[in-house]
Amino acid sequence: MSLTTYFMEATYLIASILFVMALKGMSHPETARRGMFLAEGGMFMAIVGTLIGTHIMTWGWILVGLTIGSIIGIWMALFVPMTSMPQRTALSHAFGALAAALVGVGEFILHGSEMGAITRGALGFEVMLGALTTTGSLIAAGKLHGTIHGKPIQFRGQNAINLIIFLTMTGSFVYFWMHPSVIAAFYTMLGVAFVFGVMLVIPIGSADMPVVMSLLNSYAGLAAAATGFVLGNNVLIIAGTLDGFSGLILSILMCKAMNRSITNVLFGGFGSVIAAASTEAGGVMREISLDDAAMQLAFANRVIFVPGYGLATAQAQHAVRELGELLEGRGVSVKYAIHPVAGRMPGHMNVLLAEANVPYSQLYEMEQINPEFPSTDVAVVIGANDVVNPDARDNPNSLIAGMPILEVDRAKSVIVLKRGQGRGFSGLENPLFFKQNTNMLYGDAKSTLSHLAQAVQHV
Amino acid sequence: MNPAVLIASVYVFALAAFLGYQVISRVPPLLHTPLMSATNAISGISLIGSLVLAGAGSSRVAHMLGCVAVTTATINVVGGFGITDRMLKMFGKRKDEGKKTPAAEASK
Repeated sequence: MSLTTYFMEATYLIASILFVMALKGMSHPETARRGMFLAEGGMFMAIVGTLIGTHIMTWGWILVGLTIGSIIGIWMALFVPMTSMPQRTALSHAFGALAAALVGVGEFILHGSEMGAITRGALGFEVMLGALTTTGSLIAAGKLHGTIHGKPIQFRGQNAINLIIFLTMTGSFVYFWMHPSVIAAFYTMLGVAFVFGVMLVIPIGSADMPVVMSLLNSYAGLAAAATGFVLGNNVLIIAGTLDGFSGLILSILMCKAMNRSITNVLFGGFGSVIAAASTEAGGVMREISLDDAAMQLAFANRVIFVPGYGLATAQAQHAVRELGELLEGRGVSVKYAIHPVAGRMPGHMNVLLAEANVPYSQLYEMEQINPEFPSTDVAVVIGANDVVNPDARDNPNSLIAGMPILEVDRAKSVIVLKRGQGRGFSGLENPLFFKQNTNMLYGDAKSTLSHLAQAVQHV
Repeated sequence: MNPAVLIASVYVFALAAFLGYQVISRVPPLLHTPLMSATNAISGISLIGSLVLAGAGSSRVAHMLGCVAVTTATINVVGGFGITDRMLKMFGKRKDEGKKTPAAEASK
């Protein structure tokens, strides 16, 4: 090995260590940012090390790629709004997976004929996972952005067709592995994997996106790790595995928070079945006027805000913070209760509220805040529905039975901000809305909240 | 890839998986979005594989595939780190303002 190769390997080792330290820093908001600087340094070193340590023949393509990528990357970093974070993340899963798949195809073109069985196997995984994650993530991004309708797309015999596609994909993988000279098998696998990615995500509704995002995250990471196996590059294996396991852990957490299994999310087609099976909760919903609601809030001792995806769509995070600060100014204790699957990706609500300057010490997780609802005067539900549905706890026949919820119905009084009288995303009836101590406040969350704030000022 | 290298790689994979599990399960739900975008940026390290593909070989097709891969991987690295930092900056500011010790941080 030449000196430059040693240098390159050294940068890889340092980068690996810095990556792990960066993720360790993520265990606390105070240390997270410093940790990420380490990771950035590690990444920079690894890139420089590669450019010095490899025999680069032509710089043109590299410079073109780096320039275009940096411009788009910087644009994203500066201008993508926090409400669009889920689709941005889905898109980046697609990009990462595409890079892995393309590197795999390139390796196949350059060294396909001389690969051993083990490398071929890793290559197959890399290309297959990479390709299906690319299209799957693009569909997810489209659904999250609203380009594609968020409702699950389902048709008769869907699972059977998917099974056939899956078998074709794995079949051509095995065939390619056994007969590496048959180039067609490799490209069939690639093409079918692209199709499979689409089929995997279209039957899944937007509300299940936190799970899907985490799963795709995991796949993208594992594709990168497989690239490491193909190239015999340890830093790729380490970084890819960290990414893959992070996604896996998040998917498990998200599934737990919905009391569902991963298979159920992927093949269950949640959203559409339910509409038929939902129970009719009796009673009337009571509407409350802005002034009465403001009065309740202004004279409360403890208020808990419960944000849901509706807060994000209405861009109401700043409005809720303003109202919260006004109430605090009057001596009201204000807290925010965040359900693990509120929003469209893990931690989505926390980011939005942090953007609006809500201090993270006021953001509470489900387990921490649930015991506090009985001593809470007013719980304000903003565009959340299923995560506060008491049926999940009380009605064993409910389709979301067993899903852990925020127990807002135990608060002394509940105000629900809702766009209209319609049902939530899952189509389930929510008995919370019919309870004696629940009052409804209809309208766009953002304007309702700012009107509430004005009314509170005049109390 | 000879068997010795494969075994070493499997060791690396297994240990990284274990380490990843240990480290990531300590990340509070508060930071799950930045976590996802951070691990994404980090796995943009596949950029180094793309660089080699785009510049080292002699195949024109490989160079072009590599160029696209370099582009998408760079978007992830630059955009991912940039956006993660933007988010983490938001969590850092206005830390307490005389508030009692944050209870949210004592995750579980």
